[in-house]
Amino acid sequence: MTRSATPGQTVGPFFHYALPYPGDRELVPPGTAGAVLLHGTVRDGDGAAIPDALLEIWQADPDGRVLQRAGSLRRDGFTFTGFGRAATDASGRYSFSTLVPGAVEGGLPFFAVTVFARGLLNRLFTRAYLPLADGAEPDALLRSAGDRAGTLLCVADDHGFRFDVHLQGDGETVFLSYPGHRGD
Amino acid sequence: MTAPPPPAELEPQETLSAEMAALRDAYEHTGVEETQPRLDYPPYRSSRLRHPTKDLHHADPEGVELWAPCFGERDIDPLEADLTIQDGGEPIGERTVVTGRVVDGEGRPVRRQLVEIWQANAGGRYIHKRDQHPAPLDPHFTGVGRCLTDDDGGYRFTTIKPGPYPWRNHRNAWRPAHIHFSLFGSEFTQRIVTQMYFPGDPLFGLDPIYQSILDPKARERLVAAYDHDVTQHEWATGYRWDIVLTGPHRTPAEQEDA
Ligand SMILES: [Fe+3]
Repeated sequence: MTRSATPGQTVGPFFHYALPYPGDRELVPPGTAGAVLLHGTVRDGDGAAIPDALLEIWQADPDGRVLQRAGSLRRDGFTFTGFGRAATDASGRYSFSTLVPGAVEGGLPFFAVTVFARGLLNRLFTRAYLPLADGAEPDALLRSAGDRAGTLLCVADDHGFRFDVHLQGDGETVFLSYPGHRGD
Repeated sequence: MTAPPPPAELEPQETLSAEMAALRDAYEHTGVEETQPRLDYPPYRSSRLRHPTKDLHHADPEGVELWAPCFGERDIDPLEADLTIQDGGEPIGERTVVTGRVVDGEGRPVRRQLVEIWQANAGGRYIHKRDQHPAPLDPHFTGVGRCLTDDDGGYRFTTIKPGPYPWRNHRNAWRPAHIHFSLFGSEFTQRIVTQMYFPGDPLFGLDPIYQSILDPKARERLVAAYDHDVTQHEWATGYRWDIVLTGPHRTPAEQEDA
């Protein structure tokens, strides 16, 4: 028998002294061989930056392995756990220092992303796909997203990858619902 | 100290209450059960520009989404589960134990997983620098706790019962007393942040965040139960609150491999 899930609620305005922790956004120390920045801005329906949002990422390692390693909260500087958390700053920006995720079991490589914010009544899920390699075909999700698929793709830049999140409006990010999320 | 005058531009509670009542009425006529908060819930004014306007896109979880980050003993000090001993003195207020189980949709315990909480102090004040409520800070209370669930999915915090606090959603807007909870499951898709409330709070009907969950039975799942067996002799009152996550999507065989 499937039980009804506990409802979510907004993260509210006062999470900053509780959820962020030292090293939260550094899955690898900046400057590590192979380190890239995954960064972007979170915006609202007016295009205004959101200074009180929080993003989490969960990703495979560069070989496409999904790791089950402790240590995300007390990083030792060398264990890659695949999990990171970053609050946005006063200009709505977030960034992670991490490694490039590999493809898992033949899928396209992506960062799994959750978004929390004051004013957002429940968390949102999305995927930040790496830019499609030459000759790579979009997967089922990218195809089904149609002309909005671009919102799911990272843009390569000098630092690594940019992935902006638009909660609403022009270029609204495709957010995901997994089976069972609506009580179905 | 006296109460500050309310800013004239804020709308009265009656306006908000009428909006919430209209949304409740409309919901009751749909016959569709909505057990999660509505993202587009105008009475929560800050949600106006922060909710997606397009439907959430259906996705089947794959790859990394079928697994969750793993936390262990090295991530957490067991003392982090006791919010009453963190700052070198006794915090003021009603000492209380909050305990329960984290299970998935099949009722299976979520083992060895991270639970994080944060809350206001007994006077309804957060230590957060943006909290402008003119209630006293408690030098012995940070209101932050963490623990790992045990092999039965159980968690347990010792804390101080938080007070209700005002917010600027409208004039004389007060949040029911609550503890913020952040939870992980065994799959990334089970990630949830929510709030636990205390039974019988007179503010439930007035609060747009609580009322954003339109199904009354679903709302009540956020309310802990007073449990006299959790209450400790001459020490602390006790509340029990169980959390059910969505899913899982991984098959039992894959679960065994974990
Ligand atoms: Fe709160």
